[in-house]
Amino acid sequence: MQSRAVRIGLGVWTALVVGFLWIPLVIIALYAFNASPIQSWPISDWSTHWFSVAWHDPFLRSSLWLSVKVGLAATAIALVLGTMASFAMHRFSFFGRDSVSFLLLLPIALPGIITGMALNSFFSFAGVQFSIWTIVVGHATFCVVVVYNNVIARLRRTSPSLIEASMDLGADGWQTFRFVTWPLLSTALVSGALLAFALSFDEVIVTTFTAGAQTTLPIFILDNLRQGQQLPVVNVVAFVIILLTIIPVWVSQRLTTSDDTPAVGRAAAVTAQTE
Amino acid sequence: MAVDAARGAGSLRGARLRISGIFWRRPWLKLLTLLALPVGAFVAVYAASLGAMLVSSFWTSDSFTAEIVHTWTLDQYRTIFDLGDPTYLRIAARTIGMAAAVTVTDAILAFPLAFFMAKVAGPRTRAFLFVLVLLPLWSSYLVRIYSWTTILSATGPLNWALNGLGLPDAQLAFTNTAMWIVFSYVWLPFMILPIYAALERIPGSLLEASSDLGARGARTFRSVVVPLALPGVAAGSIFTFSLTLGDYITPLLVGGPGSSLIGNIVSEQSASNLTFAAAYAMVPVAVMAIYIALAKRLGAFEAL
Repeated sequence: MQSRAVRIGLGVWTALVVGFLWIPLVIIALYAFNASPIQSWPISDWSTHWFSVAWHDPFLRSSLWLSVKVGLAATAIALVLGTMASFAMHRFSFFGRDSVSFLLLLPIALPGIITGMALNSFFSFAGVQFSIWTIVVGHATFCVVVVYNNVIARLRRTSPSLIEASMDLGADGWQTFRFVTWPLLSTALVSGALLAFALSFDEVIVTTFTAGAQTTLPIFILDNLRQGQQLPVVNVVAFVIILLTIIPVWVSQRLTTSDDTPAVGRAAAVTAQTE
Repeated sequence: MAVDAARGAGSLRGARLRISGIFWRRPWLKLLTLLALPVGAFVAVYAASLGAMLVSSFWTSDSFTAEIVHTWTLDQYRTIFDLGDPTYLRIAARTIGMAAAVTVTDAILAFPLAFFMAKVAGPRTRAFLFVLVLLPLWSSYLVRIYSWTTILSATGPLNWALNGLGLPDAQLAFTNTAMWIVFSYVWLPFMILPIYAALERIPGSLLEASSDLGARGARTFRSVVVPLALPGVAAGSIFTFSLTLGDYITPLLVGGPGSSLIGNIVSEQSASNLTFAAAYAMVPVAVMAIYIALAKRLGAFEAL
């Protein structure tokens, strides 16, 4: 069906689009090594000076630390709620099942501004002061679905006869969970947790609506970008973030086989929901 | 001692067995136990938040103190749909127009690439391309927007490249065009992946059957590939459309003075005039509800 010319044309188009996806990342990575505080192309002097400046910036350190804390807390909540929900949704069919999966999906399917604005209205409605915990709640709402998807995809691939065999051999519910279900699920949980952490670590819009004076790493970057300050430090942070986000995604890809839902975040979120 | 320990362990095991038995005999109890926490949390926080936003949008804010006044009114919606001063209607139209332009651009960029991945490339190339598409999606969203501010800046790589080719400078920084490019860039992987998933599912035998029946490449493409891939395009478009509707960072960083989108207004007003921000945030909710209903008719949800 495909002539040679069509194949070559498609290949060239693919190469161009992949270039479009990657050139900006490469450029920002190169700027991290720019010796000059002024951003202009081509880069004339190279240096790792700004890495040490970034490393010693106390405000950057505190925002990084806050992002890590928020990410860990949101991931922990997501692991508990997401796993429980996936067990319930996998094993049972009940009235309102579709509504439950729709509710879990909403925070990631609706634009961030709506989730953010809704939580903002809620906190002001309830008189809750913004704090690290309001940020955690905001992030947890959209992290749950990531864990949920990873776990339910794994449960669907797991044969129910394994559980039955365990019961037949006299194991109680806890033993079955501990020795059969858990080993089967652990990599799906790790991969879901990594992705949830990555989503939380990167989140800007929901954070701006649920944070008071707290500065997470993305807020630190955003503030500096808006004011055009400390751009060389931002370049270094950008470079490090590119490296750091690549690692969890790569690990997560390795942990889930091709039969699982691919780890594409929002895309995967909708995928598993509508199966 | 040993006997006691053994008895202790025995009673522990007994208790566990009893609990297992209770859950085994009453599956609904198990379902309730599993669902109570996640669903309770989501209803108490998320559904309540959406409710709070909806309710707030029918209240009003004191213009001096920014305190919310709990009287029912349609004032906020009147301001949005004010035909005498269509500022907010114009911003909404700009946002929807931008979302549509980005969606079409991404579909055009993504389709041939997804087709190449699914039907032309070998397994190794396909896996490699998959990672190449996936990684930018996960690398920081802010960083990806920021990289374009450096690329498009007056002394950035784009103008350097254009000058190298003997062309004049492109004045793209802080324009709506810049916003269109950056949105298309940031959301592109969200379009590629669902189209790829839809195309991958088309069995090769269908394409062979089509050519056996005498259809040429273009005809097979039009009559077999496109109808089967359309749900994938619709699914991808939900992401590109919804994400553009709800973004305010891109206009903030790469847009110009006339680039405000719905999100910018919501974000600016959320502190000073929460009720108006809540009402204006209902606009993307309504638009997305209509859009998702349309996409559902195109089969977007079966394609995912």
